[in-house]
Amino acid sequence: MIKTDILIIGAGPTGLFAVFEAGLLQLKCHLIDALPQAGGQCSEIYPKKPIYDIPGFPEVLAGDLVNNLMEQIKAFQPGFTLGERANTIEKLDDGTFLVTTNKGTKHNAPIIAIAGGLGSFEPRKPLINNLSAFEERGVAYFIKDPEVYRNKKVLIAGGGDSALDWSIFLADVASEVTLVHRRNEFRGALDSVEKVQALKNIGKINLITPAEVVDLKGSGKLEAVVIHKSGDKDEEIIKEIDEFIPLFGLSPKLGPIGNWGLEIEKNAIKVDTFDYQTNIPGIYAIGDVNTYPGKLKLILCGFHEATLMCQSAYQRIFPDKKYVMKYTTVGGVSGFDGSKKEAPKSVVKSID
Amino acid sequence: MSDVKIKIKDRDGVVHEVDAPTDMNMNLMEIVRSYELAPEGTIGICGGMAMCASCQCYVESDHQLPEMSDDEDAMLAEAFNVKENSRLGCQIHITEDLEGLEVELAPES
Repeated sequence: MIKTDILIIGAGPTGLFAVFEAGLLQLKCHLIDALPQAGGQCSEIYPKKPIYDIPGFPEVLAGDLVNNLMEQIKAFQPGFTLGERANTIEKLDDGTFLVTTNKGTKHNAPIIAIAGGLGSFEPRKPLINNLSAFEERGVAYFIKDPEVYRNKKVLIAGGGDSALDWSIFLADVASEVTLVHRRNEFRGALDSVEKVQALKNIGKINLITPAEVVDLKGSGKLEAVVIHKSGDKDEEIIKEIDEFIPLFGLSPKLGPIGNWGLEIEKNAIKVDTFDYQTNIPGIYAIGDVNTYPGKLKLILCGFHEATLMCQSAYQRIFPDKKYVMKYTTVGGVSGFDGSKKEAPKSVVKSID
Repeated sequence: MSDVKIKIKDRDGVVHEVDAPTDMNMNLMEIVRSYELAPEGTIGICGGMAMCASCQCYVESDHQLPEMSDDEDAMLAEAFNVKENSRLGCQIHITEDLEGLEVELAPES
């Protein structure tokens, strides 16, 4: 069981910055995120896009902002449970919460801060009638362990970076890799597109475009797919394969958090703007996941909400302690790793 | 500058005729959101970067629309329920040329 002071659900910019503000108050944080890396949308959807409205940064790439935040919070040694989705919450007799992920990892904390953005990213599934019947039986939307595909016949569908990159990677692992896309053009890093071209030329990737997988066949387990290939004359290709991996990106869904008894409005969690607490005391919601009159889904607003949330969380954990907010220019930053950053002392010396 | 009238059929098949300002630097996805014709969180997820296709719509009138960028074209190539007349609402800037435009929102995916 992982124990912490503030359990943050969602490792996007707001969740990450909350670690810093909590750290200044000597509160420890642990983050859960469904994605395999920190950064939320900034890392997953638009790492290379510039952001222009982060105070003090005339221009910063979303990916760089995440790297900077990770650097800023390093001294506060946050824990991470990545690639797992927070599924259930339970209030224990001592008033703390127990959050369990879809993989069974248990987390215990007196304070929960939901910084879930638009929700957890779920794979976008192509519209094939019997698709769900073959899930875990030859159909997968994520590649967790590439070794699963060793010496198998694999078919990947999609036209973006992940379809390209996994086709390249699996070309050396699987016995056969087929890449199917609705267009002849792919959208990805130039390097990846060129690599796929080279692998196709030497027969290591079998490219079928413009085409679409329209049906799956097999009894109990995937055995073949039906591919509709368009062209001068449309044709149906039946291809024997072991594994089908549709990679059509991810779309955020509020998911299980929607069933935690929190007040929901417009796919977001209602909070009190005094401290961004939800209708359940001890559970806060910050960043894009919350809503209140005048709400703006901006990273900079998430930072503010995270800061106020931490002050309130501190009061909840230590109701009897007197505390005033301290400026980092005055108090410096004392990490849990023993590091200490502070403003250099000025000297007082007479000048002759 | 004036408003233009746009007809938007929502995902439940209800048609709304709305006034869209041409002087607010808005796009069609934002018009849909400002009139709340689709629930928050189901449209404009990426914010308007042509990176999610949640604002896909079908253009039903024969207006001359701005040409598709490579980004929009590539995103539609990966989206679902795509038709010949599919466009991403976030890439359609509201101008006076759009008076009388008729669109239908594509299903949520």
